[in-house]
Amino acid sequence: MSIAETAGIVVVGASLAGLRGAEALRRNGYSGRLTVVGDEPYRPYDRPPLSKHVLSGELAPDATGLPELDTLDAQWRLGHAAVALDRAARTIRLANGTGLAYERLLIATGAQARPWPAASGGGLEGIFTLRGRDDAARLRTALAGGPARVLIVGAGLIGCEAASCCRDLGLPVTLVDPNPAPLARSLGTWIGSVVADCLRDAGVTFHAGAQVLRFAGDASGRVVRAHLADGRAVEADLVIVALGATRATDWLKGAGLMADAGGVTCDGACRVLGADGTPCPDIYAAGDVARWPNPLYGGRLMSVEHWGNAVAQAAHSGRNMLAPADDQRTYHHLPAFWSSQFGINIKAVGLSEGADAVAIVQGSRASRRFLAVYGRAGRSIAAVSFDQARWLPAYAEAITAGRAFPPIRDASDQGDYLALAPGFPPPRAASTLIEARHG
Amino acid sequence: MTAPTRPVPRETAPLRVVVDLNRCQGYAQCCYAAPGAFEVRGHEILFYDPAPPHARRGEIERAVQACPVRAISLQVEIGDAP
Amino acid sequence: MAEDTLFSEVLDPANRANPYPIYARLRETPVSPQRDGSIVVSGHAAIRSLIFDPRLSSEDLPPSRRPRTGNPLKDWLLNPIKDRIATAHRPLIFRDPPDHDTLRHAVMREFSVARVQALRQRVVRDVDTLIDACRGRDEVCLVEDLSYPLPVSVICDMLGVPEADEPQFQAWATQLATALEPDARHDEASRHRTVAAFDAISGYMRALIRAKRRRPTADMLSALAAPGPDGKAVMGDFDLISTAILLLVAGHETTVNLITNGMLTLLRHPGELERLRADPERAPRVIEELLRYEPPVHFRTRKALGAIEIAGQTIPKGAPVILLFAAANRDPARFDDPDRFDPDREDNQHFGFGGGLHYCMGAPLARIEAEIALVALCRRLVAPRLMADPPPYRPGASLRGPERLGIRISGIAPGQS
Repeated sequence: MSIAETAGIVVVGASLAGLRGAEALRRNGYSGRLTVVGDEPYRPYDRPPLSKHVLSGELAPDATGLPELDTLDAQWRLGHAAVALDRAARTIRLANGTGLAYERLLIATGAQARPWPAASGGGLEGIFTLRGRDDAARLRTALAGGPARVLIVGAGLIGCEAASCCRDLGLPVTLVDPNPAPLARSLGTWIGSVVADCLRDAGVTFHAGAQVLRFAGDASGRVVRAHLADGRAVEADLVIVALGATRATDWLKGAGLMADAGGVTCDGACRVLGADGTPCPDIYAAGDVARWPNPLYGGRLMSVEHWGNAVAQAAHSGRNMLAPADDQRTYHHLPAFWSSQFGINIKAVGLSEGADAVAIVQGSRASRRFLAVYGRAGRSIAAVSFDQARWLPAYAEAITAGRAFPPIRDASDQGDYLALAPGFPPPRAASTLIEARHG
Repeated sequence: MTAPTRPVPRETAPLRVVVDLNRCQGYAQCCYAAPGAFEVRGHEILFYDPAPPHARRGEIERAVQACPVRAISLQVEIGDAP
Repeated sequence: MAEDTLFSEVLDPANRANPYPIYARLRETPVSPQRDGSIVVSGHAAIRSLIFDPRLSSEDLPPSRRPRTGNPLKDWLLNPIKDRIATAHRPLIFRDPPDHDTLRHAVMREFSVARVQALRQRVVRDVDTLIDACRGRDEVCLVEDLSYPLPVSVICDMLGVPEADEPQFQAWATQLATALEPDARHDEASRHRTVAAFDAISGYMRALIRAKRRRPTADMLSALAAPGPDGKAVMGDFDLISTAILLLVAGHETTVNLITNGMLTLLRHPGELERLRADPERAPRVIEELLRYEPPVHFRTRKALGAIEIAGQTIPKGAPVILLFAAANRDPARFDDPDRFDPDREDNQHFGFGGGLHYCMGAPLARIEAEIALVALCRRLVAPRLMADPPPYRPGASLRGPERLGIRISGIAPGQS
């Protein structure tokens, strides 16, 4: 027996995906050595509450530890990130210099917050990003200190949730985003403008179509204002940079895998592809970091940065890791996310990217309780509910089945709807890849 | 119910709870089963305590059972943290 | 027998004691058109899909036809008006969004966690008192001695209906519950009795609400009748009356089945009865499994607002759709060994309280009552034995449960208090 074989399975990423992957391995009968590596010193914890109830102070930052749903009997190697992968030697190297052999590897390293560049003021005190538990703890402490004005850069889901929390705390908030409406990338500007109304009603100052160029600090190195591209300045002593995330793949450089800031590319069974495009039989990926051809969208490569995908894909990869080569199942996934902000529950299914039409099919925009469907080339591709989650499964089913747009006629509470342009901003860069993201 | 072969739970460690909010549809049955740990805000936002005290175990197990979409996961026996 | 007449077998009282073999045959075609044009849905996946489908409407009551009063002028003038009022102010189980949502939200605000929690101790006391009253007897009728009076007294307390008036509306409630039974809805005489019961109970509620407005008390009816913070009524008087009637009828006609079916099932599975007796913490699991295995409401009827394609069938626009929850609860495609009563079953996603936006409003209260009652019965009835198996059943195929449940006992153990 070689060293690699006794090394067992290593899961890199003590994340939601890492945990659910490890559980799937045990559930599917794996009884060998199981090691979970994490860069943070914590067992896997849940992130969604961080930008909501942890910021508001209702939950302690260390309260969101995830339940372990199967007996893992795992070795936890926490506090030191994996920094390199040597496929030939079947080892990974950790930040503290130690090596770790593996027989099979599950990559679940997730993503990291996109920081503000140091050259334009990113190093100033009082500028925060929000991704991990420590980030949330630091930000919570700063918010509790009662800043004079909070500036949030980026009106994606995290930016809007943070804005909602800050208003609940009674803090003055300015939100800046280059798009005409909040959540423009996930929901389009037409639906996003409903959230813009919520922002306004909650007393958030929203600068749409604006860009922060740089931050300026005082003599002690604390941020005092932001300078916008249009010449305006926003005074703020606390800044939250919410510009989305990049996939944590730096450690895979030089490993000969198809990996970049958009993720690590896999085949349909979630096996990671080598640089030559052939799947590695001993390396799988799951969660935010995994980019795979999703059969539900014609095999387009996508990575999905949502909670439900981390859970489902990890379970899928864990199962495939133990299955023989001729029984590798393809991973089908309908992306879904939720967000709560300004007292409204927003839930979405499908991928709205590329939609050419949107229609409110139940409820009304005025009541802020509605269900909207997105269409592309006559097919239904996504749906979002504002406080109408009970109808969403019917639309999820229609989207999975590739039904025509709009998918359901003759529904109750359905007025004469109009299909309108959803108003998606142009893609960030010419690309055939899709990233379902919070940014 | 704990099988006799399971390790004895550490009474002091809080429980761990997570709700799959993709599945949750705001039926609010958990709020009646465990009022101290679950709360619906607005029309359908579920707020919950992910680390309720061990003393609430019975209530939380009721909530797990009562959820019409089985969206609540609970870990009762918490192993030693590293 | 052809499948398109299977549902009439479900309605046949001869099959009331055990409809499950018919359900199994129905499930062979999970979406099954019947000869009368209705569609019976019995598969778990199909029902799960349909309860979220906005094309299934609950506004499907045939217009009532009122009995003639004997005074032709009165019949001609008043009956159509009364019918229109009754139709426009159906209780919310017969309403669609957005009206349904508005009404339900208003009711649920008062059917609050605090109000339900506050009833817990009362339920414990009531159960003990009802069981104490059986001391010295060697047999009990569970329906008469506990499972009927308990939920009635609890809903009266919660709503604020004087329990002394109970004998008056017991018959009305039983008659109104037949509105959920297809047979009764198609029977002219029964419909007339339903209309008469509705008029009578409406009059009673109207007077009661007037009294609550004059002298509000801490109950739910007073709260619903009181003006909101903006000075406007939470709901109009007709909606308030139909809501109050709905809650009262539901309190009379559903939980009784959950408790009676529950004890019947436990008596048929003495091992489970003993386990529950020894470990009351098992109760939540036992209740959920009962809701799957012997649900208090077997089916509900909806109407298709548009054509719906499902499970290889097309439900035509306008068709009545019967969601056979009790059959889906035993679907082998969804549950392992579905005909086995197994409280330890994981992932028990049943339709015991329906699902979707019409999910039973009273579910939390029913769970509390059933849990406290069943645990107390298991602990206090000494050596309980079924006197007749199967017991005689009430007529309803949807609201299905025993009419009487005779249990021979060797004594009553002391209660908690």
